[in-house]
Amino acid sequence: MENEKIIEIKGLSKKFKSLTAVDNLNLNVLKGDVFGFLGPNGAGKSTTIRMMLTLIKPNSGSIKLFGESLNGNRNKLLGKIGAIVEKPDLYGYLSAYKNLEILGKISGCDVSQKRIMEILELVGLSARAKSKVKTFSHGMKQRLGIAQALLHDPELIILDEPTTGLDPQGMKEIRELILNLSREKKKTIFLSSHILHEVELVANRMIIINKGKTVIEGYVDELLKSSTIKVTVEVDNGEKMRSLITGSGWGDKLESSGEQKFVFLIDKNEIPLLVKYLVDCGVNLQAVIPQRSLEEYFLNITEKN
Amino acid sequence: MVTLISIELYKIFRKWRSYIGFIAITLLILLVETAMYFEGQGFLNAQLRGLDAFVFSGNLLNGYLIAYFVMGALVIHIPFLITLVAGDLLAGEATAGTYRMLITRPISRFKLVTAKFLSGLIYTLLLIVWLAALSLGLGLFLFGSGELIVFQNSFIIFAKDDIIWRFILAYGFATLSMSVVASLAFLFSSLVENAIGPIITTMAIVIVFVILSTINIDFFRDLRPYLFTTYMMDWRLFFDSPLDTGEIAKAVLFLSAHITGLYLLTFYLFKRKDVLS
Repeated sequence: MENEKIIEIKGLSKKFKSLTAVDNLNLNVLKGDVFGFLGPNGAGKSTTIRMMLTLIKPNSGSIKLFGESLNGNRNKLLGKIGAIVEKPDLYGYLSAYKNLEILGKISGCDVSQKRIMEILELVGLSARAKSKVKTFSHGMKQRLGIAQALLHDPELIILDEPTTGLDPQGMKEIRELILNLSREKKKTIFLSSHILHEVELVANRMIIINKGKTVIEGYVDELLKSSTIKVTVEVDNGEKMRSLITGSGWGDKLESSGEQKFVFLIDKNEIPLLVKYLVDCGVNLQAVIPQRSLEEYFLNITEKN
Repeated sequence: MVTLISIELYKIFRKWRSYIGFIAITLLILLVETAMYFEGQGFLNAQLRGLDAFVFSGNLLNGYLIAYFVMGALVIHIPFLITLVAGDLLAGEATAGTYRMLITRPISRFKLVTAKFLSGLIYTLLLIVWLAALSLGLGLFLFGSGELIVFQNSFIIFAKDDIIWRFILAYGFATLSMSVVASLAFLFSSLVENAIGPIITTMAIVIVFVILSTINIDFFRDLRPYLFTTYMMDWRLFFDSPLDTGEIAKAVLFLSAHITGLYLLTFYLFKRKDVLS
């Protein structure tokens, strides 16, 4: 069933003393979605995830997973979920293999050597199966965290900031893994992040929250199709570039400039036009780097609203 | 539940701190028994001073006497060794950040907290069994067996065949009293995210209660029956003749009620706990 709701959150709120971490949040994740859960640090993403995983209790609202209320069905529903919540902390004094074996036994799933090695292979850690986790780098721990989330072959995978602290290669590997899990294994993925670009690359739907409230929700393509982004243009002749853009409409869109670096705030669709204009004017382009930050997108949306 | 307990025990015994208690007990027993080997007769003579009218025969400086002496000397200090592990059972998971991983598994918090609690009690039992095996075993090996002479309110001499069951029950009682300490440390362990706090708090409570138990002022005397530390040395009741079964039952009930109450309180708090670590 394509439109089956895997996660259904209604009116969810959580307060810590006077601080409202999550405020009347509503969201739906459909089967097969790679759902981006975006928000700046402190927006309430981890608190929401912790409530979905029964680590903390909401003050009000309801959470349904796989069509059933989390209240009263906790163990059954958690058996269908694999998750990493914030840092992937595991038992440092045990090996990667033993960590998975223990967590698998607790989950009541297949902990055969074949299955554990298969999962370690999937995340690229089979060669370090017998090494103690305390000797692992952050990236390796992150991958082992994903391995424990996948061990019991869950239908829903919740990943809370899975690329935090990873190098670009590690980030790319995690993105590929997410796409593989979605496309090949048909898993539903709930991906929390504060990096819009990261979500843009893998998610089909997303929600942005701030101060515990929904800012915007919808299909990634639609939401991002005409948004303002930051484009850094590097040229070999800064003076020529400066004189060219001063006399054109692009000057109004220049956010900042250095000797050879010029940063424009323009619509995504305007990038080819800018590049064409500069090339036609004989500017020797060294780099054109588009960057969309959540903060800018967020500001853009709030300005529009 | 058996799987969970075996996992918890595996985790306990993969940590270096869990062996500190066993090493400390081993070293202390070796020291005491070595000292007794060379100075034991002098110790025994000092204890028997004033009883010159009696003629003692046989091997009085034997393994049973040594084990009795070791138990009296060590039981009051074992709580400190137990808190090292019991205080770490829940707080250690919070410190390591593994709480999140555990609690998001499809098992209830009840099972999780119960498995950890029972593992803590099993650790306590193993520590006492180690104390028993080493002090009695090494004592009997080095000093042989014989009648046991004990010095409590009066001198009592137990025949050879009337001793072992008393030791078994005394060690059982010691396990019960140590389990109260483990339960207390476990309770504190559920409240914080660092094992140091539960260890220090439990030790502080044991020290304060022991001190209060020894102050001879009416107010503190009235307080004594309500302090669990008052009953910690009641293993000696099993080396009395006749046995004061009423006192023993009272102590067992009091300590058992403490263990149950502390466990239930821990479970209540843990069930309501928001895991923020």
